[in-house]
Amino acid sequence: MKIYATYNIKGGVGKTTAAVNLAYLSAADGYRTLLWDLDPQGAASFLFRIKPRVKGGGKALIRGTKALDDAIKGTDFENLDLLPADFTYRNMDLLLGGADKKPTRKLAQLLRPLAAEYDHVFLDCPPSISLVSENVMHAADVLLVPLIPTTLSVRTLDQLTEFVADFTGKRPEIRAFFSMVDRRKRLHQDITAKLSAERSGVAATPIPALSLIERMSVERAPVTVFAPRSQAARAFRALWDELNDEKPAETAAAGS
Amino acid sequence: MTLDLRRFELGGEIGDTGEAPGAQDPVSAVLDVLGQAFGVAAEPGAPGSGTRQRTWLDTFDWRLNRAGLVLEYERARRGSRLLLSKDEVPQAEQPVSGWPSSRPRLAEDLPAGPVRDQIVKLARPRALLPMATAAGTVSVTRLLNADGKTVARLIVDRSTVTRGDHAVRLPPRLAIAEVRGYPGQARKAVRLLAETPGVSVAEHSTFLEALHALGRRPNDYSGGVAADITAQMPASVAVATLLLGLLDTLEQNVDGTLRDIDTEFLHDLRVAVRRTRSAIKLLGHVLPGGLAQAYAAEFKWLGDLTTPTRDLDVHLLGFDAMAGQLVGASPADLEPFRAFLVRRRAREFRRLSAGLRSARFRAIIDHWRKALVEVRDARRPARRRGVTADQLAVATTERMFRRVVAQGGGITAASAPESLHDLRKRCKELRYVLEFFAPLHDPVAYRKVIGDLKQLQDCLGEFQDNQVQREEIGALAEAMLAERAAPAATLLAMGEFAANLVLNQAEARADFAQRFTRFAGSAGQQRFRALLNRPSGPGLARPREAGQ
Repeated sequence: MKIYATYNIKGGVGKTTAAVNLAYLSAADGYRTLLWDLDPQGAASFLFRIKPRVKGGGKALIRGTKALDDAIKGTDFENLDLLPADFTYRNMDLLLGGADKKPTRKLAQLLRPLAAEYDHVFLDCPPSISLVSENVMHAADVLLVPLIPTTLSVRTLDQLTEFVADFTGKRPEIRAFFSMVDRRKRLHQDITAKLSAERSGVAATPIPALSLIERMSVERAPVTVFAPRSQAARAFRALWDELNDEKPAETAAAGS
Repeated sequence: MTLDLRRFELGGEIGDTGEAPGAQDPVSAVLDVLGQAFGVAAEPGAPGSGTRQRTWLDTFDWRLNRAGLVLEYERARRGSRLLLSKDEVPQAEQPVSGWPSSRPRLAEDLPAGPVRDQIVKLARPRALLPMATAAGTVSVTRLLNADGKTVARLIVDRSTVTRGDHAVRLPPRLAIAEVRGYPGQARKAVRLLAETPGVSVAEHSTFLEALHALGRRPNDYSGGVAADITAQMPASVAVATLLLGLLDTLEQNVDGTLRDIDTEFLHDLRVAVRRTRSAIKLLGHVLPGGLAQAYAAEFKWLGDLTTPTRDLDVHLLGFDAMAGQLVGASPADLEPFRAFLVRRRAREFRRLSAGLRSARFRAIIDHWRKALVEVRDARRPARRRGVTADQLAVATTERMFRRVVAQGGGITAASAPESLHDLRKRCKELRYVLEFFAPLHDPVAYRKVIGDLKQLQDCLGEFQDNQVQREEIGALAEAMLAERAAPAATLLAMGEFAANLVLNQAEARADFAQRFTRFAGSAGQQRFRALLNRPSGPGLARPREAGQ
């Protein structure tokens, strides 16, 4: 089981749209995929038309009185399940803090039993630096960091890289990609081209700023589903192909 | 999409294809009912939807079905696969390509995979045959909640089976598939479906429906004796009935033998011939007008016709095991012997085929059947001294038992191998007589006696088979030399194998005394008396003790 987490300290940079589309593409490629909507706002849950509610709330999940497995909902798509958001996730820091001796490893511990069931897990994180995000970083194998091509964003990436470098034991791989890229802006073009070429770990595929991506909240589906031939969908496909270095999933043709 | 909660069917009648003009699709009524509680939306391209052809495979004698297994070859848009299930629960699955599902294929020739692993031992050496094929479409409809989220799916499977030159439509099958996390919605859909007029719970699997549509049923072939006889039936009618049953078995195996589908068609054909010959010999006297005796020579001809091919089959079937026993020689040394056996078998098989296609064979079968049917259906059966089937069963079985006891009791460590061979023949006859009249016996007593007898037969069989095989290897070695097809290494390996056979034979010989005592000793005799003891009958006279 490989765990991807879309993370950025800033909000509104395309974390959820990336998580939703990449998770869908992973499932479409035959990987058994789970998306955990950790953001109490529940945008990913909304996009899959799933109520942002978990029986017993975040408390039950963190304390283990409700298994993650029992809270999972099937999406409308083959191989793709979702662990919905819940408004109580806003208190997750507190819950994690009181969890046990290793509060930064709790999410990783909760996800472990799902290893036999899923090939890929995507964690869609709320924006912040908190105990939740630290948990996510410890749980993830790959941190997917959407960057808006500005100088400040680049600085944020540096900070994140340093932060992760201080981890003892397992460290997630950081894979940044440019998001909400406006090709009409010179600055966007320059930073995108320069960083993709100069820095390892920055994907060559940018996700453009397109109104079609914003339409996801109207269609309540991944753009890769409702406009599969669009530029936006093609960009997510190219990004996923770049990120996914595994061999093709063998489960693609497995039972329905 | 996860499991099917429950399977339903529509209409419940199997019928010819072709809708009446203007008839409403019955599935649309189901969609109307579900539409009152859910949004409904077709899901073209859903996993598992589209055209599909399913072929159910089993051996001619239904070995998989008897083990509770169903093997299905599915050809669909997303590829072809073999599915193995037990009680409709999937056990294994493996993708296959280029499977000629309309043609038989040996189980051991399947590509490696979990399905092959589970069935190969069970099916070997038989071929997998297509028992039924259903072709059709699977359509999927999403059931939506108020948010437009899929909370369950309706799966409709429409299939037809081809019988002769026309298609027979099976009742459409419906299932509700649960979406993870929405079990209540799936239950609700199932409830609505169950309440829909014209919808009923599917009692049979699609496989069974397809078989019924073809006028078949599972286990409709068995190599065993299954004559429908009763105790008070005139003996002549009972014997004609069981001989007709044997003739059916014989005829059922002719096509598979001629097509050389697998070796067991010929084996079963031979067993039917052997049983027929024994029945003619031991029971034929109750048939009118010397009928049986007239056919004794013909069935001997038929038996002899099949022997050379079967003997070579036995060598080839056991070849790998034989090669595996070699210590001094290498298994590769035996390969010229295998090639020789294959060539010789091809030659003998041509002779066998010619015989089974001959006018003589056809005449035996047709005339024998006609004569037996006349006896069975005679208005006034010739009651030979008023003998009933049961009286014949008791008298013949008792006579055969006495003969085995007497003959076996005379065998000592110094007896010639021929005495054991003769005893084996008597045991076979006794076994056949027991099987012929099995429906007239108490099942428990019958099983006990058969169990003892089988053990004795196995021992005698091992003894004789080893001897015969050793003699045959000698003869085959000479034939290979004559054809200059015998490298020295091969002859040496054959020699080593022949030596192994001597050891096996000696072991069987050593087991004989114990097995015979179990069968014919006082406990064995008691079991026999229990079998033949009839409340109103004469009962079994006490047989001579073994060795007396």
